[in-house]
Amino acid sequence: MLLRLLRVRLAPYRPAIVLIVVLQFLATMAALYLPSLNADIIDNGVAQGDTGYITRLGGVMLGVSMIQILCSVGAVYVGARTAMSVARDLRAELFARVGTFSAREVALFGAPSLITRTTNDVQQVGMLVLMTFTMMVSAPIMMVGGVAMAVREDVGLSWLVAVAVPVLFVAVGLIASRMVPGFRLMQTRIDVVNRVLREQITGIRVVRAFVREPVEAARFGRANDDVTEVAVRTGRWMATMFPTVMLILNVSSVAVLWFGGHRVDDGAMQVGSLTAFLAYLVQILMAVMMASFMLMMIPRAAVCADRIGEVLETDSSVVPPVDPVQPSTRGGGLSLRSVTYSYPGADDPVLRSVNLEVRAGQTVAVVGSTGAGKTTLVNLVPRLFDVTSGEVRVDGVDVRRLDPEVLWSRIGLVPQKAFLFSGTVADNLRHGKPEATEADLWEALEIAQARDFVEEMTGGLDALISQGGANLSGGQRQRLAIARAVVRRPDIYLFDDAFSALDLATDVRLRVALAPVTTTAAVLLVAQRISSIVGADEIVVLEDGAVVGRGTHDELLETCATYQEIVVSQLTPEEAV
Amino acid sequence: MSAPETPGECGSPDSPGSAGAKSQGGVLRETERIQSGPGPGRGPFGGGMVAQKSLDFGPSARRLAGRLRPQRLKVAAVMALAVLSVGLTVMGPRLLGRATDLIFSGVFGRLLQGTTQAEAVANLRARGEGGLADMLSGMDVVPGQGVDFDAVARVLLLVLGVYVAAAVLAWLQGFILNDVVQGAVRQMRNDVETKINRLPLSYFDRQPRGELLSRVTNDIDNVSQTLQQTMSQLLVSLLTVVGVLAMMFSISPTLALIALVTVPVGMVVTTQIMKRSQGLFVDQWRRTGTLNSHIEETFTGHSLVKVFGRQREVEQVFGRENDALFAAGFGAQFVSGLIMPVMMFLGNLNYVVIAVLGGLRVANGSMTLGEVQAFIQYSRQFTQPLTQLASMVNLLQSGVASAERVFELLDAEEEPVEQAAPLATDGRGEVVFEHVSFRYEEDRPLIEDLSLVARPGQTVAIVGPTGAGKTTLVNLVMRFYDVDAGRITLDGVDIASMRRGDLRGRTGMVLQDTWLFGGTIRDNIAYGRPDATPEQLLEAARATFVDRFVHNLPDGYDTVIDEEGGSLSAGERQLVTIARAFLADPALLILDEATSSVDTRTELLVQQAMAALRSDRTSFVIAHRLSTIRDADLILVMESGRIVEQGTHEELLDLAGAYAALYQAQFAAAVS
Repeated sequence: MLLRLLRVRLAPYRPAIVLIVVLQFLATMAALYLPSLNADIIDNGVAQGDTGYITRLGGVMLGVSMIQILCSVGAVYVGARTAMSVARDLRAELFARVGTFSAREVALFGAPSLITRTTNDVQQVGMLVLMTFTMMVSAPIMMVGGVAMAVREDVGLSWLVAVAVPVLFVAVGLIASRMVPGFRLMQTRIDVVNRVLREQITGIRVVRAFVREPVEAARFGRANDDVTEVAVRTGRWMATMFPTVMLILNVSSVAVLWFGGHRVDDGAMQVGSLTAFLAYLVQILMAVMMASFMLMMIPRAAVCADRIGEVLETDSSVVPPVDPVQPSTRGGGLSLRSVTYSYPGADDPVLRSVNLEVRAGQTVAVVGSTGAGKTTLVNLVPRLFDVTSGEVRVDGVDVRRLDPEVLWSRIGLVPQKAFLFSGTVADNLRHGKPEATEADLWEALEIAQARDFVEEMTGGLDALISQGGANLSGGQRQRLAIARAVVRRPDIYLFDDAFSALDLATDVRLRVALAPVTTTAAVLLVAQRISSIVGADEIVVLEDGAVVGRGTHDELLETCATYQEIVVSQLTPEEAV
Repeated sequence: MSAPETPGECGSPDSPGSAGAKSQGGVLRETERIQSGPGPGRGPFGGGMVAQKSLDFGPSARRLAGRLRPQRLKVAAVMALAVLSVGLTVMGPRLLGRATDLIFSGVFGRLLQGTTQAEAVANLRARGEGGLADMLSGMDVVPGQGVDFDAVARVLLLVLGVYVAAAVLAWLQGFILNDVVQGAVRQMRNDVETKINRLPLSYFDRQPRGELLSRVTNDIDNVSQTLQQTMSQLLVSLLTVVGVLAMMFSISPTLALIALVTVPVGMVVTTQIMKRSQGLFVDQWRRTGTLNSHIEETFTGHSLVKVFGRQREVEQVFGRENDALFAAGFGAQFVSGLIMPVMMFLGNLNYVVIAVLGGLRVANGSMTLGEVQAFIQYSRQFTQPLTQLASMVNLLQSGVASAERVFELLDAEEEPVEQAAPLATDGRGEVVFEHVSFRYEEDRPLIEDLSLVARPGQTVAIVGPTGAGKTTLVNLVMRFYDVDAGRITLDGVDIASMRRGDLRGRTGMVLQDTWLFGGTIRDNIAYGRPDATPEQLLEAARATFVDRFVHNLPDGYDTVIDEEGGSLSAGERQLVTIARAFLADPALLILDEATSSVDTRTELLVQQAMAALRSDRTSFVIAHRLSTIRDADLILVMESGRIVEQGTHEELLDLAGAYAALYQAQFAAAVS
């Protein structure tokens, strides 16, 4: 997945990558040339006592060093630019992908996981690309070049390279193969520790209320011991790595001097070449070591790449139509025809053959017990999900054949969880209608019974709302969410238990104020409180995903046992009659 | 790491360890300078913010080091082993150089005529090869004789032994250090855990949750990584620099001085680069944060973004932030990526200078070839740890900044220690408030002179607008906060004189914000009473109607849920938390908007089941929905921290006051 993911994303940067390879090649060659020049200094300068030669070659070495740094800096520049570009592109791709998702896919991954994938995971992959460009590319060049140069210095000693390189490779590989699973395990266990801490902090009141501090401490202690155990184990392998590599390197140097010494004595090799050979061997082994360390980064990045790939390869279950239909009319209301919906993998459908019709100017309410499928029903209208069978029509057209933008522009949704975006009150209210005037906003706030508290906020319409609306009470959030929908003056209002956090007096005032605005709109209302729905044109009673009653409040009181139970649960029998 | 601050602790001041320690202190001071001198002209946040945050670098680093104190014997062993191992490693090239000399002399000797070295020198001069003669006079050559391989073998065996010993010592050192570091990290995590359980609830209410979570997770992880990555390298690198310098001076003070020039030059260059890169990194992380919060908001409010047609706008903002992050990230990576090539260039410069000067000196006989070779090796070994030290400064800075944030948490004021004796009364949950006053903030009175009595078996309901102080009553009964004046008694005993654990063990609480931990539904219900039998658990689940929906889940009670609840709806989550409190069977049960997302029919059934099973226990119910509280034995109407009315449903309606008005609102709506 890592390779597949990167191959496609790196393709546009092919020229840059070629440039990096060329620059790294030149830089590496320059680095490799230095010991050879040094050997010349010794053999032709020092051994002959030719000081002029020594200084002249010194100048050449200086030039070569200059070339090396220029090429290296160039490679870092292009490498950093390319790697960060790839990360940027990946983020954009992920973000756009999630944008096409329906609520189903978002729920499948979970918003926090999608966030991590878009930020941290991409960061990891980006860093791997960067490291590859700045270090990894030069390692094989250094290895091949180093071997070539070493052999050029003396063929007779080259068998030493053939021994030392595999030995180092195997040693590092063996240690790394112990460490990598350790690293993975460590990451999962750190996640556990963090999860325990997170739960303890978010649930601090419950933990204390149930006097579970000792148990929680023990649970944490176990998680902590687990992570320490694997960290110690992995750390020990890590501690083995460095001395092992150094030992192999140093023993190789000793071997070069011993065997090289004999060759020098035999006259088969010059002393300068011996020194150069030594330098090359060290460079080769360093390159091997670097490559092995880099290889250790790959598993982690591979996990991240898998997680990124999962998102990119998930198709939205809600696909916009290729050839959208323009509805001929507006204000045609909303209808559900034999709508069935099952969550993926679930045996029982959440909604079973639900029929429902809301004409413009009508208010239809949906009631039912916890888990009856009310929220699912609401979410089908703006295509947050698509029906499993049956169809949802807006203005007489199946929503799956409408341009999503057109569909959404006609809907004002107030969800169960009143979510606000960071920004000012006005920003939030204008979400559905960017061109709304301040007067429009105040009017909507007045209808939503939110004028008073917005006026009291410092800055009024310009008061800042923190992320998620954390600086407001539940009731205030709900009223702003209602105002946001009202600003839009949509053809269809969807209220999903949107009055639950309001006290009764506010609830009543709000519905009275809402009436004139919704005279030409279709209103679909989910509520728990009978008082909120009693005035609806039609009330639909849902039970286990099926409609068990429909009619007005009075009709249902006569005909529907479930509705009676709901009413009785809220009013005393005398009041209900 | 504890060495620089307390050199006396880890060895005598004359030991080689303290030499390293001193220069380490120098590096740390250098760091401080970088930190506190962000330089003018950068953005209003940029470096300035970092400088402010890490202002206490010294003390915090010292304190972090101090956390290793319990393991000081091991730390001392690590120091000693590091000194020995680095010392041996540093000797290696010098000895290898001697072998080179032996070989070179052998080669030379074979070429020479004459019987003694002096004679050979004279011969060369006679032939006019003064240069060679000069060089030869600096060598130890027996003319006519080839390489003395016995001597070479002796030297090489010695080197081999030195290297093997160095490796073993280095391994031991790394092994012990690993234990030390992991032990310290483990202890730090445990300290944080203990601390969390000792902090008063007001701390958690005050501190933004995400911030606190970040401290206990990200920051501790960062500290642990910093310790793991820097501790061993820091020590070894410092010792190596010192050792290599010493060897270089012993070979040739002149060349060593030249090589030494690299140090200040390298320092200045890396400091300059890092000063810039640090600002850029701060920028990068800030941009990451901004982008992250934009992504978070968009993904969390995913459906709203869609339905309100904001996708395009959101993508525009994202594109802008994404580009900004790219620019910042590119800048930071490029500038910080310069350190390596630049240091390598300095190393190469060094190499060239030494090769040339060394070559000249060999040529005039003031140095041997082996010495030059050794010197070159040393100069390479010298720049590498310097580069490492430089790159570690960044890591250290961020690690110590994180440590500081963890220390802040560890230093937070704890709940007062309880001296009360354990209490063994077996009451039934009579709660009395006597003239209770309380405020969260000094200047904002919340609850003033409040009195109430809840008798065993009673259900007491509290209604009133947001901010009236309903939830505060719960906080006081549970002793999440302590009263400012007056007292609260449970079964006749002042709760302030009880242990919090005893008090809470006899109360149960369900809050509006459902909290479920990652685990099965069964585990979540059993949370309040781990020793409950399966029958008891099932009974609680039935009474709270959890049993009904659990049957529709694929794995029943073994269905795993997470913090976010996953497969459960808002109402179902609330039912699970009620089952949890129910199973714990407390003398006093508090429900704070616990059924707000549960439909009223289910709620009624739950209430009936509870009434039957808890006929002799006390319950507090807080709710907006009047249907939730209508059947309560006592209804308290609260406004601005006072009880304005109390009585039963009927009594309050007759009173025609605030409650009646609330109720009429509902009733009016119902009939209109």
